[in-house]
Amino acid sequence: MAIQHDETPKLMKGNEALAEAAIRAGLQAYFGYPITPQSEILEYLSEHVPKRSKAVILQAESEVASINMIYGAGGAGARVMTSSSSPGISLMQEGISYIAAAEIPCLIVNVQRGGPGLGTIQPSQGDYFQATKGGGHGDYHIIVLAPNSVQEMADFVFEGFRLAEEYRMPAMILADGAIGQMMEKVYLPKEGSLPHSVPTWATTGKPKFRERNIITTLHLEPDKMEMINLHLQDKYRKLRAEERYELFNVKDADILLVAFGLTARICTKAMDIAIEKGLRVGVVRPITLYPFPYDIIASLATPNRVFLTVEMNAGQMVEDVRLAVNGKSPVYFRGRMGGMIPTPEDILLEIEALAEKHHLVHQVDNSTGRQLVEKWGE
Amino acid sequence: METMIDSMELVYSKPSTLTDTVMHYCPGCGHGVVHKILMEVIEELGIVEDTIGVAPVGCSVFAYMYMNIDMQEAAHGRASAVATGIRRVLPDKYVFSYQGDGDLAAIGTAETIHTVNRGENILIVFINNGIYGMTGGQMAPTTLAGMKTSTSPYGRDCATMGTPIKMTELIANLPGAYYVTRQSVHTAAAVRKLKKAITFSLKAQKQKKGTCFIEVVSNCPSGWKMTPLEANEWMEKNMFPYFPPGDIKVPQELK
Repeated sequence: MAIQHDETPKLMKGNEALAEAAIRAGLQAYFGYPITPQSEILEYLSEHVPKRSKAVILQAESEVASINMIYGAGGAGARVMTSSSSPGISLMQEGISYIAAAEIPCLIVNVQRGGPGLGTIQPSQGDYFQATKGGGHGDYHIIVLAPNSVQEMADFVFEGFRLAEEYRMPAMILADGAIGQMMEKVYLPKEGSLPHSVPTWATTGKPKFRERNIITTLHLEPDKMEMINLHLQDKYRKLRAEERYELFNVKDADILLVAFGLTARICTKAMDIAIEKGLRVGVVRPITLYPFPYDIIASLATPNRVFLTVEMNAGQMVEDVRLAVNGKSPVYFRGRMGGMIPTPEDILLEIEALAEKHHLVHQVDNSTGRQLVEKWGE
Repeated sequence: METMIDSMELVYSKPSTLTDTVMHYCPGCGHGVVHKILMEVIEELGIVEDTIGVAPVGCSVFAYMYMNIDMQEAAHGRASAVATGIRRVLPDKYVFSYQGDGDLAAIGTAETIHTVNRGENILIVFINNGIYGMTGGQMAPTTLAGMKTSTSPYGRDCATMGTPIKMTELIANLPGAYYVTRQSVHTAAAVRKLKKAITFSLKAQKQKKGTCFIEVVSNCPSGWKMTPLEANEWMEKNMFPYFPPGDIKVPQELK
């Protein structure tokens, strides 16, 4: 989908750009509960929607209520969104499992903060497992998009709604406190470029000409419940066609950094410095964390190459990287936790140590600098 | 047989808003009657095409199998939040939630209170039989003091298990509540009163007056381990003194 953008950019906070994009994407209902570092989303919508659209903006009594309002409103056919940060997203897990089972499209925004527990309000990527492996009970997945800029905070709202509605499942924008709070130049998506119609399965009241619509996740007969599970798994297989990633300088790289979101941004900076120092370093940035781009990582895994996964957690995505690499290359991990952000210099030290350990110090022509090999939507 | 029926005058039939599915409720249970009355009113008001119901988790989890209207089945305790979501995006439709005491007054207490506090224009039907029927007769938030259940085998000890919660009286204190009443379905007269309450509540929804809340004090012959008749007698003798039937908050136009 090609998103149409404004010709002139704006300087906006990530959370506000996301909220503005939601209005422009034709948001019909938002239910949420304040939590740092994402309260600007609810605040922005509360201020701007009454002046510009008929969308429902409701501050609920809890994240538990919010996600169940999403179930109801989404089930009634509306384009719906909620947002929260890590502890609040934990509270929503029951509802997300129901929404995934009932196949209701919706957009969930998680502006992650450090945990576990109440943790910190500083940025983290500690919810990777929760987001990509289901999170709640039962065998289900949700679409997970990981933005690394204010621009993507806005664009992924459109992409998230599109994917959620096309595949009838929840989509999550998995950001972090830094992406949500920082201000950056953004070309906002233009209003009205994402059509929406009330789906035939929605519970809008039963007219005489059709059977009643029922939204339920209860199927006591095990054979029927298995059929529903098989249907969901089939959908998840089809969803793999939507895998997205960015690749920088991967062709001749000795060391491949793998990172998502904010850390991918830091890794590309570390890569630039490493290239200047004569090291052959590339970056793989998964954009869809579910579906995870296993195949491209598998295709890059060779015995003379080293992978270094960098995350703001104790090592979560690295498990998927290891699955993809499947023993063909050594896979290392560097992480910071609890709201700490790795610096390019931190990562450079790791790169240099790996280069020495694996004798990967080459004299290379670095005149071309950073080269983007592949980018989503281009 | 057919000829015989043809020659007779049809004075009563099942509402078209009920499906032909045989209900799973135990003999003597009040759920079936409340289902029927609710569906009868929806048919009589001519609002079938504009009504969306929300089923709970509990004995009435399968309400959507019997009610021939668009329905959503909510997570345990969340029916009023789900109903809020539906009503907010379909502001000209009729929305009701149908919930038991465990669903509404234990796990869903926060959702119930805040839904009413916002004055959501929905009808909440609250079936109170003082027990968890579906899971096999455990103590409910409304289980009477001293009442024996599988998780209060020596009787509910209010000192450690809390007192039975009067949810309907609590709800009546909220400004968002428009009409709050407690009814029953154990006699023909009671059924007629309930029907009147449901009819009024759904009509009020059109005028967007706030939340209508109808508690139905009901029985659970299986959970109480009684015959249907014994259960009704026990209910009158023990439940009614603590949960007295009658209107609790009545809008001016109904007085």
